[in-house]
Amino acid sequence: MRVLAAMSGGVDSSVAAAMLAEQGHEVVGVTLKLWGGESDTGCCSVSDVEDARRVADLLGLQHHVFNFGDAFDQRVVAPYVDDHAVGLTPNPCIECNRHIKFDKLMVRAEALGFDVVATGHHARLEAAGTGFRVRRGVDEAKDQSYVLYMLGQEQMARLLLPIGHLTKAEVRERAAELGLRNSAKPDSQDVCFIANRAGGRQGFLSRRLGESPASVVDADGTELATVEAVQAVTIGQRRGLNLGGTDEPRYVTDVDIAAGRVTVGRRDDLYTPAQDVTDIQWADGEVDGPVDVQVSAHGTPVVGVVDQSDRVVWAEPQRRVAPGQAVVFYQGDLVVGGAVAA
Amino acid sequence: MAPERIVYLDNAASTPLCPEAVEAMAPLYRELYANPTGAHRMARDTRRGIDDARDVMAKALGSEPGEIVFTGGGTEGDNMAVVGRHMQVGGVTVCSAIEHHAVLEPVEHLGGRVVAVDAAGVIDLGALAAALDDSVTVVSVMLANNETGMVQPLGQVADVVRSSASNAVLHTDAVQAFPWLDVASLAADADLISVSAHKFGGPKGVGALVVREGVELSPLMLGGGQERGLRSGTHNAAGIAGMAAAAEVVLKSRAEQVERLAGLRDRLADGILTAVPNTVETGERSGKVAGSAHLCFEDIESEALLFLLEDAGVYASAASSCSSGAQDPSHVLAAMGYDRMLAGGSLRLSLGYETADADIDQALAVIPDAVARLRAYGKG
Repeated sequence: MRVLAAMSGGVDSSVAAAMLAEQGHEVVGVTLKLWGGESDTGCCSVSDVEDARRVADLLGLQHHVFNFGDAFDQRVVAPYVDDHAVGLTPNPCIECNRHIKFDKLMVRAEALGFDVVATGHHARLEAAGTGFRVRRGVDEAKDQSYVLYMLGQEQMARLLLPIGHLTKAEVRERAAELGLRNSAKPDSQDVCFIANRAGGRQGFLSRRLGESPASVVDADGTELATVEAVQAVTIGQRRGLNLGGTDEPRYVTDVDIAAGRVTVGRRDDLYTPAQDVTDIQWADGEVDGPVDVQVSAHGTPVVGVVDQSDRVVWAEPQRRVAPGQAVVFYQGDLVVGGAVAA
Repeated sequence: MAPERIVYLDNAASTPLCPEAVEAMAPLYRELYANPTGAHRMARDTRRGIDDARDVMAKALGSEPGEIVFTGGGTEGDNMAVVGRHMQVGGVTVCSAIEHHAVLEPVEHLGGRVVAVDAAGVIDLGALAAALDDSVTVVSVMLANNETGMVQPLGQVADVVRSSASNAVLHTDAVQAFPWLDVASLAADADLISVSAHKFGGPKGVGALVVREGVELSPLMLGGGQERGLRSGTHNAAGIAGMAAAAEVVLKSRAEQVERLAGLRDRLADGILTAVPNTVETGERSGKVAGSAHLCFEDIESEALLFLLEDAGVYASAASSCSSGAQDPSHVLAAMGYDRMLAGGSLRLSLGYETADADIDQALAVIPDAVARLRAYGKG
């Protein structure tokens, strides 16, 4: 097959490309230039492009760079900022997968005559039922199936995930055997377009949105403190609320951006019998009955039922999920669908 | 699968080294390897190669031999002119909005003024006059643009500079112009002229800057004081000899090549315009250097087009490439008022002295099909 391998310069996608080349596929590497803004430290910096190019050279692969900066800004960064402005906590990696890697890149790959796109995600694809399913990667700690729930059947049919059946340690071993220069490169962390310097997430949002101060109040409306930037506050957050020492931990239970009010409460106040969701998507048809529901990239799944009024009804009350976060449905190791917390 | 025949239409990015340059360079690597500032015979013989080259470049650029400063290429010459002038006398720097980054970045870094161009990509002389006053110490306007190929009215620019900025010197980046235009006469009114060898059949990493008698510049590097103190560092003797040999080829064959290649360029551009609907030719054909064809395709992204062209053996480019190798949006097309979407579908086909009829045939067989394929898939 003719394979377009997305190569970030990291060890996972490098080994993925190498394995496909070893298997005899015609592999072309591509690194996406997504961001040239305030941070050049992220997943698409010049040094990462260089790493990817040198790995491709070593493997004897042609390597290209696609500048998807405009699309990334429009479809990932701008919505990330806009979502925060209305009190949502979006997951930009998922939006990047949805709009950039598995839409724009896939469309381009097809136009350029590639049969499939490959990435270095820790997840597996397998035939199940009438179509394909995403299955958790073998390495539980590194599993990335959560950020792939948005894959539709057409996309899965045109995708390869070559390293999903390897542990991270095995990936690094393969990289070292191949003599890859990045075999010991640290895993990427956090949001690629936000530099840890310059104030991290809050600094980034403040520069884009300005800082709107807010009162921190308890359930009765009594003001306890103020915060500088309400846009950076998330449901469930405990730190950075300027509450000083309190008898028991207080958690953010509500964020009202318009009113400039952050409500805090006890841990129990975060718990709810059902979670409202939007944009429900099923991998291959709706699932009746209980599913295992995961609400963060490496969270522990809990049992719930997706009902007809866009709610996940929990078997046991669960903490409220910050609006905007992905809520992913599994059956065993298989992703069967997902949604966005409302 | 690799295509059988490669068609190289990226001569504005770099050109093949001409045989005459190879021949001129070899002895300076093999036999005359002395440091040209040395005291012995081999040093003097090496030095003679540099002095001979200086005479050739002076003739090619319309200057005295003593006004030629050998540089490390176009970017260095441009920086020496803009930054060197500013370091020496201070004041305000001015350039056009379509300059190469080697001029634009220094001017912006120094807080200078950037002058608009018209829709065809030619400097707006009224806007230039408005940007000038006695605080301006250097004005930089290229002779031909590297993306569109549009030739700038340097004589008129010089008149405006003389009448509106009494303290300014005029620099022209003639890097793209030299293979196609008689720089010696067209840049006769410029005080500073930069060229780069690899754009006209010479080696990479060497160029020349004309610094007219009496023009005060500060060097960017201090050291042994070579090149009248303006460019310290051991001479790239072989590179300089190679550049001069390539310049001699240009002087000898330019008129004939311009006529031949303008014909091929017209066949190429007209062929594409006929075969591909919704295509815009940037600038005005009559105002371009002979080797340049530059088009924008609606509903196309250059990167994808370049990929398919490469697959079919045609090497070209879009705008300038950033250091990562990705295609960046063109500041030249933006300055000409193109919207970002249309500018994102640009294709620069730049011919060179080695471009043949068969190259144009192959390009015409490949480009319309590639555009049609991409349009059929929507924007990828």
